[in-house]
Amino acid sequence: MRTLPPPLFEKSRPGKIGYSFPEIQFPGADVAVESGSLRNGLPDEFPQLSEVEIVRHYTALAHLNYSVDEGFYPLGSCTMKYNPKINEKIAAQETLNAHPYAPHELVQGNLEILHLLADYLIKITGFGGISLNPGAGAHGEFTGMLVIRKYLEGKGDPRKMVLIPDSAHGTNPASAVFAGYETREIPSSNEGIIDVETLKRYLTPEVAALMMTNPNTLGVFEKNIKKIADLLHQNGSLLYMDGANLNALLGIVRPGDLGVDVLHMNLHKTFATPHGGGGPGSGPVAVAAHLVPYLPVPTINLSNGTYTVEYDRKQSIGRVKNFYGQFLVIVRALAYIMSLGRDHLRRVTEDAVLNANYIRKKLADHLDLPYSSPTLHEVVFSDKNLKVKTLDIAKRLLDAGIHPFTIYFPLIVHGAMMIEPTETESKETIDQFIATMIRIIGEAETDPDLLRNAPTQTPVRRLDETLAARKMMLKWRREENA
Amino acid sequence: MRYLPLTEQERKEIQGQLGIGGIDELFTCIEEGSCLFPAIDLPPALSEPELLQRFAAFGEKNRFQHYTSFLGAGSYRHFIPEVVQYLSTKGEFVTPYTPYQPEVSQGNLQAMFEYQTMITMLTGMDIANASLYDGGTAAAEGVLLAVRKSGKKRILVSSSVHPEYQEIIRTYCQNLNYNFGEIGFQNGDGKVNLQELQSQLNGETAGFLFQSPNFFGVVEESRKIGEIVHNSQSFAIQVVAEAMSLPFLTTPGANDIDIAVGEAQSFGLPMAFGGPSLGFMAVKEMFLRQMPGRVVGQTVDIDGKRGYVLTLSTREQHIKREKATSNICSNQAWCAVRAAMYLSTMGKQGLESLSRHNHMAASYFVHKAAALSQASVKYSRDYFNEVVLEFHTLAAKDAVDRLREKSILAGVPLSWFYPGKERELLINFTEMHDHADIERLLKALGELK
Repeated sequence: MRTLPPPLFEKSRPGKIGYSFPEIQFPGADVAVESGSLRNGLPDEFPQLSEVEIVRHYTALAHLNYSVDEGFYPLGSCTMKYNPKINEKIAAQETLNAHPYAPHELVQGNLEILHLLADYLIKITGFGGISLNPGAGAHGEFTGMLVIRKYLEGKGDPRKMVLIPDSAHGTNPASAVFAGYETREIPSSNEGIIDVETLKRYLTPEVAALMMTNPNTLGVFEKNIKKIADLLHQNGSLLYMDGANLNALLGIVRPGDLGVDVLHMNLHKTFATPHGGGGPGSGPVAVAAHLVPYLPVPTINLSNGTYTVEYDRKQSIGRVKNFYGQFLVIVRALAYIMSLGRDHLRRVTEDAVLNANYIRKKLADHLDLPYSSPTLHEVVFSDKNLKVKTLDIAKRLLDAGIHPFTIYFPLIVHGAMMIEPTETESKETIDQFIATMIRIIGEAETDPDLLRNAPTQTPVRRLDETLAARKMMLKWRREENA
Repeated sequence: MRYLPLTEQERKEIQGQLGIGGIDELFTCIEEGSCLFPAIDLPPALSEPELLQRFAAFGEKNRFQHYTSFLGAGSYRHFIPEVVQYLSTKGEFVTPYTPYQPEVSQGNLQAMFEYQTMITMLTGMDIANASLYDGGTAAAEGVLLAVRKSGKKRILVSSSVHPEYQEIIRTYCQNLNYNFGEIGFQNGDGKVNLQELQSQLNGETAGFLFQSPNFFGVVEESRKIGEIVHNSQSFAIQVVAEAMSLPFLTTPGANDIDIAVGEAQSFGLPMAFGGPSLGFMAVKEMFLRQMPGRVVGQTVDIDGKRGYVLTLSTREQHIKREKATSNICSNQAWCAVRAAMYLSTMGKQGLESLSRHNHMAASYFVHKAAALSQASVKYSRDYFNEVVLEFHTLAAKDAVDRLREKSILAGVPLSWFYPGKERELLINFTEMHDHADIERLLKALGELK
């Protein structure tokens, strides 16, 4: 079995060298910093290793990671689809690797890339304008809420409150708060969606917006979305849509046509850019026409065949991120959309929804399905009626060489197992997952300890998270690793 | 389509299993009249060779690659060893998700733990998080952290902090009712005006945010700043926009700075037209429970074996929701892992000599620029690898245009950000410039009339 290599710091030996660059003399040059500001070297424990040891260290670490390249990764609401390799090659193209302050005339190709992706995303989602600047989904939410607030301020009153369904991702309330709002939670109906009559009771003149994920985190489409948008608009409020689950809607319906005012999307989910172990992502924000003036700066414009950059827009919320955002993530997303083109875009969603519904159908006899509403790209089961907990099922899946689904989310489902297969899995893989799940559910009945003791086939077994939080070792120290 | 494995036959089979007569039935849950199946005006699909051609054409439309560049100002061109490119592009690092299942994510968790450790060694701070989006958002999070910890809402910002970072701070805080004050710099040496700082600090001040080396390349007197700020029970927040300076200059930690934030793109990441880059945050231990973002901690498994997990998640949005210390979820994990690869490849000696080399390249320019008749270096002491050249009569913008004709991108005119600094040009030197490059720049500058 694969084991963890010793930390870099334990392998380091004085005098080992992993780099090589020329010694250049600069005649006449002197150190021009007062001695009090000069550092006396890095600590002795800073790594010193040869090149081959670096390669072995990180290769050993690579072998300890599960990844999409290795196998099925059905994390709900994360859209762990295959990341095309050609997009990596394109993102590494040296002719795109410009300095962000290079003159605009010399980076017309890069500006065209930004402009094209903006255009394609607007066409796919049906909005009036878009900003590619936000660095990830939560950053997009924050940006979108700032836009909403600035718009309402312009109308005389930013209002106080943002409504958020109880099934929402935790970033929604956190983003609303940093935009200066209080949040209020709306209970989901027994169909797992926002109930129009319930919403009416929450709709006071204080409400600035509703943040809705659609399809929501149960995989259920909020079928009353148009009515909800109308109600909000009549109340002078706006509809924010979290597009984390946009993979369920490509070519099916455009949020902009449904009355949504602001939508953020995740290029690292729907548009196949790799997750990189937790980032970088990219969270473009699309808005209806009346909100376009409030989008962050900079924006890219096209006039007479030349791309220009606009930095000063009077009503803009301002800048949210350095330079142009996560440019190389944007490059990959554009390459992905160009590869799909109009021919295959809708097929992506169709297959994602087919796979999810197939899993739902096959596992519904074995697991509790807390909401019977039809679902799109993902399905959520609960651990009700099982002798073990969701965590135990997840850990047993690790022993089968399959990455578990999202666990314990959404919070409104007891022991939630949130399964999102995506469109990039073969039927064989899906069938194998279903068979493995049915086997494990059987084991839960006959030999629950097998699950409670899982995993046993991984480089480490269950880790002591309480110890980690109590003893708090956040960096390597020799004395703690003697 | 090569990314879609289901065959037509299998699609039919699954539809049969689901008891539906056509794909469209999957979407009947979407309200009728909801504009289903819109025509989307995208171009036709490109094959792989066509896609490569298309992006090669974007690249050819760019012209920057034909110029020798001295642009810095928050994005720096440094050499990237091949092992960093080779190792970081392995699918096992590129294609996992956040390590929510630590048993099958030890590779990334250990790499991030080692990254955190090296950031603390570089900054001299107690602890570091696992990354933030970039330097600008890290600066904004630094401000939020100081306010959260102090319970006070007045923030002072030095006007020599990267102007984009200042803009981002303003954007982040626009609805939080903070009270901002600006601290100027001294014309003589380009450093923070300490008297002004002293006079603006009061018992209501949560913190003072400054950058060192600052936007003009000047190394601040961080220790003195720390002392002054601490005298009024406020926090000192230092921004480092050029992380390559860390091995060369006294650390924020050694200068008793409370919060160190910044941009670590220089550690093995390409300029990439500005992103993705790598925001870092390192703080004194007392900020532990208020710090934003993910953190990796060391622990043991049930067999007592050493392992790593995401920890302190009770600060984060997925647990605390509206009470979280930040809304951040995805960070720059891959960039942090790549930075760790770079840092360990360069090692102690490599980083020490490389950072010194950067300084010497700038020093060489300063030394030789003394002979220029039409311009002089504005702050000729206490810089790292970036200096301001002030023209006696010429506008920096015009000088830049003229040097462009000689295939040189000479730097960033400060007037882009500072009205009144029309004749000042910010020039950056790294190990990517050899002797000849610097001589060429000097010659071209000397020929300006």
